[in-house]
Amino acid sequence: MKHYEVEILDAKTKDKLCFLDKVGNIFTFIFTLYPQWYPARQSIRLDPKGKSLKDEDVLQHLPVGTTATFYFRDLGAQISWVTVFLTEYAGPLLIYLMFYFRVPFIYAPKYDFTTSKHWVVHLACMCHSFHYVKRLLETLFVHRFSHGTMPLRNIFKNCTYYWGFAAWMAYYINHPLYTPPIYGEQQIRLALIVFLFCQIGNFSIHIALRNLRPPGSKTRKIPYPTKNPFTWIFLLVSCPNYTYELGSWLGFTLMTQCLPVAAFTLVGFIQMTVWAKGKHRSYLKEFRDYPTLRSPILPFIL
Amino acid sequence: MASGEEDGTVEEKETNNKKRTKGTIATAWLTFYNIAMTAGWLVLAVAMVRYYLQKGTHKGLYRNIARTLKFFQTFALLEVGHCAIGIVRTSVIVTGVQVCSRIFMVWFVTNSIRQIQNEESVILFVVVWTITEITRYSFYTFNLLNHLPYFIKWARYNMFIVMYPLGVIGELLTIHASLPYVRRSGMYSLRLPNKYNVSFDYYYFLIIVMLSYIPCKNSTHNKTS
Repeated sequence: MKHYEVEILDAKTKDKLCFLDKVGNIFTFIFTLYPQWYPARQSIRLDPKGKSLKDEDVLQHLPVGTTATFYFRDLGAQISWVTVFLTEYAGPLLIYLMFYFRVPFIYAPKYDFTTSKHWVVHLACMCHSFHYVKRLLETLFVHRFSHGTMPLRNIFKNCTYYWGFAAWMAYYINHPLYTPPIYGEQQIRLALIVFLFCQIGNFSIHIALRNLRPPGSKTRKIPYPTKNPFTWIFLLVSCPNYTYELGSWLGFTLMTQCLPVAAFTLVGFIQMTVWAKGKHRSYLKEFRDYPTLRSPILPFIL
Repeated sequence: MASGEEDGTVEEKETNNKKRTKGTIATAWLTFYNIAMTAGWLVLAVAMVRYYLQKGTHKGLYRNIARTLKFFQTFALLEVGHCAIGIVRTSVIVTGVQVCSRIFMVWFVTNSIRQIQNEESVILFVVVWTITEITRYSFYTFNLLNHLPYFIKWARYNMFIVMYPLGVIGELLTIHASLPYVRRSGMYSLRLPNKYNVSFDYYYFLIIVMLSYIPCKNSTHNKTS
């Protein structure tokens, strides 16, 4: 009796009604029995404390004997990555603009709906808004997500982080008593160049990563430099999207000369380093021939 | 082949000996540390009682014991190190939060805002801390010496039921008393405009600290270590 392939045929017409050959079929099967557990919140593993099996894992290839016992865990309410990204990025875009336009109840009433006299404040608003519009568009049209969903509580955590920091930064940059950068135009110009360079770089990496993966698939391949010079950084770094992101925010910090922006850059850098190190480690584990020159996020350093 | 096996066991014995020596050094140091801290807080207790018996008032008591209090409470930072290097089995974060909240109270509230140093609430939390710390450090000392008298164990697990809320009340009342002086002096605060484009208001910070006592003091501290 084959335990790893289950075929249910209609007795009369011999039509195939149900075929269980992948883990994903089990998810669907459990969902029909327990409708409150939609497939995205199911986790099935061979060991109670082990790793979850994936949708596309073939039952035949699982390391089981003549009987297979699966362990089920409810992952809790799930929310799609796209929804989370859109919400966490739309917040900073709108919040910053509220401070930029000096909406009432933020600053003293005499400043309501006034605009800053410093041109760097207008430039900063354009850069910040451009950054988040870019992120929103990338979420909708560029990124290809490996996982469909994440736990629901993440949206509260992530939004608090992004929205909170956006409000904190925007409050000071758009404040009537804002002090422009010490080195004036030179500093702002350099900062803008760094910022734009890194924005283009970050976008190039996102496109390169998207092209690695055909639509609808979940394959993983080693990213390599392409004809686009902004991707040549792949020679030295595993996660150049994070490298460029750090660069963008360093540029923005320099442009605004604002301590909360520096704090945001620092926290973001720490988080991205953790992610980069994890990604680097999984690349090394998965690919024997992974280039040895590459560092996770900073060439040769980190 | 026989000599190869012997080499293996000799290496094992060496690493085991190293581990045992490290363990003994750690135990010796921790015993010394806990005895020293018990003694320190006892000295503090005696000084407070003597002052009150001599002067009949609590006014000026804080100034009298301030240096000793600051020394021994600051020295407790070492406990974070103990957790970090693993000779004490407690979370670094939990210990860190507890020690930091004490350091904050001593250095950034009571020490720096002179006008509140004669408040009764200060005496309240200092007394509570003294009783709690003498119990805690003697508990650790006796544990390390493998001879724990029942009443120390009883005190450690029962007195906090009364001491803990009293301590929280003392600390909150002290911070509350300091608010008008903080507001008036603008201490530890940074106003706009400045070249960092940031501001900090110690007055509102203290209010947030007071509010955070509600969630914070209900969680980590109840897991007495």
